[in-house]
Parts: sequence; C-alpha cells; structure tokens
Amino acid sequence: MENNVYTKKVLKTFKNPHNYGTMKNPDGVGLVGNPTCGDVMKLYIKVGKPASAKASARQGGEVIKDIKFETFGCVAAIATSSIITDMVKGKTIKYAMNITKEGVVEKLGGLPKIKYHCSVLAVDALFKAIKDYESKKK
Amino acid sequence: MKKIYLDYAATTPIDKMVLKAMEPYLKEKYGNTMSLHSFGQEAKIALENSRQVFANAINAKPNEIIFTSSATESNNLAVKGVVFGVPRLKKITSARPHIIISSIEHACVQESAKWLERGFKVTKIPVDKYGVVNPKDIENAIRPETILVSVIHASNEIGTIQNITEIGRICREKKVYFHTDASQSFGKIPIDVKKMNIDLLTASSHKMYGPKGAGILYVREGIKLVPLLHGGGQENGLRSSTVNVPAIVGFAKATELCQLEMNREGKRLINMRDRVIKELLKIKGAYLNGHPFERLPNNINIRFDFIEGESLIMRLDMEGIACSTGSACSSMKLEPSHVLLALGLKPEQAHGSLRISLGRFTTKQEINKLLNILPGIVVELRKLSPYGK
Repeated sequence: MENNVYTKKVLKTFKNPHNYGTMKNPDGVGLVGNPTCGDVMKLYIKVGKPASAKASARQGGEVIKDIKFETFGCVAAIATSSIITDMVKGKTIKYAMNITKEGVVEKLGGLPKIKYHCSVLAVDALFKAIKDYESKKK
Repeated sequence: MKKIYLDYAATTPIDKMVLKAMEPYLKEKYGNTMSLHSFGQEAKIALENSRQVFANAINAKPNEIIFTSSATESNNLAVKGVVFGVPRLKKITSARPHIIISSIEHACVQESAKWLERGFKVTKIPVDKYGVVNPKDIENAIRPETILVSVIHASNEIGTIQNITEIGRICREKKVYFHTDASQSFGKIPIDVKKMNIDLLTASSHKMYGPKGAGILYVREGIKLVPLLHGGGQENGLRSSTVNVPAIVGFAKATELCQLEMNREGKRLINMRDRVIKELLKIKGAYLNGHPFERLPNNINIRFDFIEGESLIMRLDMEGIACSTGSACSSMKLEPSHVLLALGLKPEQAHGSLRISLGRFTTKQEINKLLNILPGIVVELRKLSPYGK
C-alpha cells in the first residue's frame, strides 16, 4: 500500500506559497503541463548581471533576479511550484540548471509517489523558462 | 477548531441509537447464526428480524433479501451472479450474452462489467448534461441476447436521480433483468421494488448512519443467482460466510430510523442544499453539476473555472471543512471523474469540481461557515492560476 499523505512541509508550502502571480516583461517564460491532466505550470524569470565583476567571477554568470509562478493544479503542483522558485531565486542560471526533481521532492520532505510527476513538471517549467531566455538573448 | 463534516456521500458517522442496538451483539449475544444452541438461535432471530426490516422498507419479501459485506459486494454479486446464472438458459442466438450499464455507474459496477467483457458484450448508455439516462436509450440498446441492465438509482457524485420505474418497466417488458445500485438513495428517498419494477437492488449500511461492513442485495423471487462465495451455505447458499450479526442489526436499526425520518429529513436537507447551491452559484465562474432538482436531497456538486478540485478540498480541510472532489475511492487517481466526463464536461472542468454532501448532523451554522469561507478560497486559488486573467 502506498502512502498517499502529504508531508507537513508540502501542506505548509501549499497554504502559503511564495513568488506567485504574473510578471510584467519577463526575460523568460516556461509553460508546461496540460489542463486535461489537471496540472499546468507557468514560470516567469527575470535575469540580471551580477552586481560586480568580482561577484560574477564568484557566482559564475547570470543570476535569476526574480521568479514568479502561476499554477493550475493539485496541492503537490502548487507546492512544487513554490519550492522551486525559492530554490533558484537569486541563484545563477548555472545553479538553476542543476536542479533535479529529486532535489525538489527532498526539499518538500517527500511527495506521494503518484504525485512525483509534479516535481518533474516544476523542473521542466524552470528549464523551459531558462531556455526561452537564452533563445531570446541570441 | 470544531471540524465540519460535509462528505456524507463518502460515509456517515454511526448514529448513537444504531450503536446501542448493535452493542449486545458485540458483547453477550455473539452466537453464530448457524449454531443450533440458544446462542445461535438468538443470533438467527436477530438476523431474521433484521431481514424483515429491509423487506418492509422496500416492499419485498424477507426471503428476497441477501446480506452482504458491502455495496461493492452486492453489486458484484448482482452483475456477475445474474449473468453467470442465465447464459445456459438463454441460448437463443449465437451472439455473446450482453449486458447494459449506464456510463455513470460506481466503479464497482463499472469494473465488474469490464471484467465480464472477456466473455460478454457490454454496452454503456450515455447520459445527458444533467446526468440523466434516457430510458428510450436503454430500450434501443436491448438485444435478444441481453441478460441484464444495471443503472445506478442516484449518482454518488452528482446526485442525479434516474427514472428507475420507467427503465424497470422497459426491462420487464423485454424480459431482461434490471438491477439498480441504490447505495446513495436507500434511506433518503422512497423505494418500492414492486412499483419501480426492480429485480435486484443494492443498498449500503455506512451511507446511512449504520456501521461499515454491511450491505444488502434484494433479489426478486425466482431469479437464479450464482454465488461469488462458496462455503457453508449461509444466505440461502448465495453468500457463504459467518453472518456479521452486529453490523446487520445496526444496518436494520439505521434503516428504521431513516424510514421514520425520511420525509422531514428530506425536506430539511433539500432546503439546506438549495441554499448552498444558490449562494455558491453567485461566485463568478461557478456551475452546478447534475440535475437542478432531480437530485439527492443531500448532494451538491459545483465546479469552478480555473481551479483544481484537490487544492480546493485541501484548503477547505485546513479551515476544518471536509468535502470531496468526487467519489472518495478516486481521490488519489489522476484521471478526471468518468461521471463528470460523461456529462460532456472538458477534463479541466471536471478537475475543478467540488462535492459537498450533507447529512443528519449538518447544521445551519455549519452551512453558514462553509458559505463564509469557500468564496474566499476560490478567489485565492484563482490568484495562483494561470487561467482566467
């Protein structure tokens, strides 16, 4: 029998999500999921240069200055959306590209197995937003 | 925080009087109905008295009532038991024997039918946008090799009540057995198996303030059923197992209480139901699922644009209010409800549905609190949603 109970961290994050809402003039947008399946995530990012050359050398490139999400979906979808924005806000793109679904699940103290796909969606949305930013940059 | 339970369609608390009626059979009157001694006789008398209660409630004979462990078991026994009992008698055509169900059956009828597809033909009859089966569609689907029609009396999800009498009449005329799953309606609205032309009927204890672990199947006299459980031959050989006397006594008591209060309680619930529907439909992008008035007195099913049902019920739960998205059995499934899809809803609309089911212990204060809290939660969840902006 599988455990289908959400962790306290998941429920807390779901109840008080961070960084939600729309963003004006985002540098990158990632839209993933499908309303048919009941989960749609939209991530917006704003990318900036590090404060100084020194900081740039230390941090290694561009930084996700701001991030916002909009999600249609279940408790897990909303919680993973919120947690991934916390995980990458203020971090470099390089750091963000190394986020994994396992990392997201771990940050939430676990997810019911049937809801693992929500963590995949969150990571996909993030990567898609970064890709969108990079394609626009060219 | 005092919790508010608005999920009576999932299950109900046991009534105190039911518990009291059961107690002796859990303690000193623990005999096995098959034993010859006084303990056994005592249990047997309690069993037969209970059987009489159900016979009275639905206008049947006591020997037409079989006790089972649940509505799921009753529905399995009805669907499989009838089709296994009949085929040899009905070699009219070379076609595979055929059964008909509605597209909004509970999973236990639907899955039983699906399992039978290995040897039988199954037709699913669609419903209209309110969830109503058109009896004419049943009539048109009946073929010479049709054995059984099974249509749920009142939907567990959307509460829509079917025209059982007419469907039963058609089946009787065409000489096809007719089963109805009355798990949600028994004890809430009147049922007369004779007037309604019902051949087999399922009812469940824990949906009407009785204990879990008891159900009945009414089987009209003369219908040959094949049992699912073989053994000591209890329940006329149709359901071997040591009889669960305490649960059955409780179920019978629960039935008596529901029959007694049906009229008054029905009116009280309909008043509350209609108030909740009226108030919630004031929310922009809110729609009623199911029929506006041909519905169970205690069922409310509303969908909200742009938000997802699980989020809604978990936010309500955090406020101490327990509701559900649809059938409790499917709460951890990812697919939208087959009942809501059968109404013609898009998957994203089906995902945004909320079932509120009222009951005996629901108060006006509880409804007030629900109506105070729910609109705000809808607004908040819509703020998170990428849609509708």
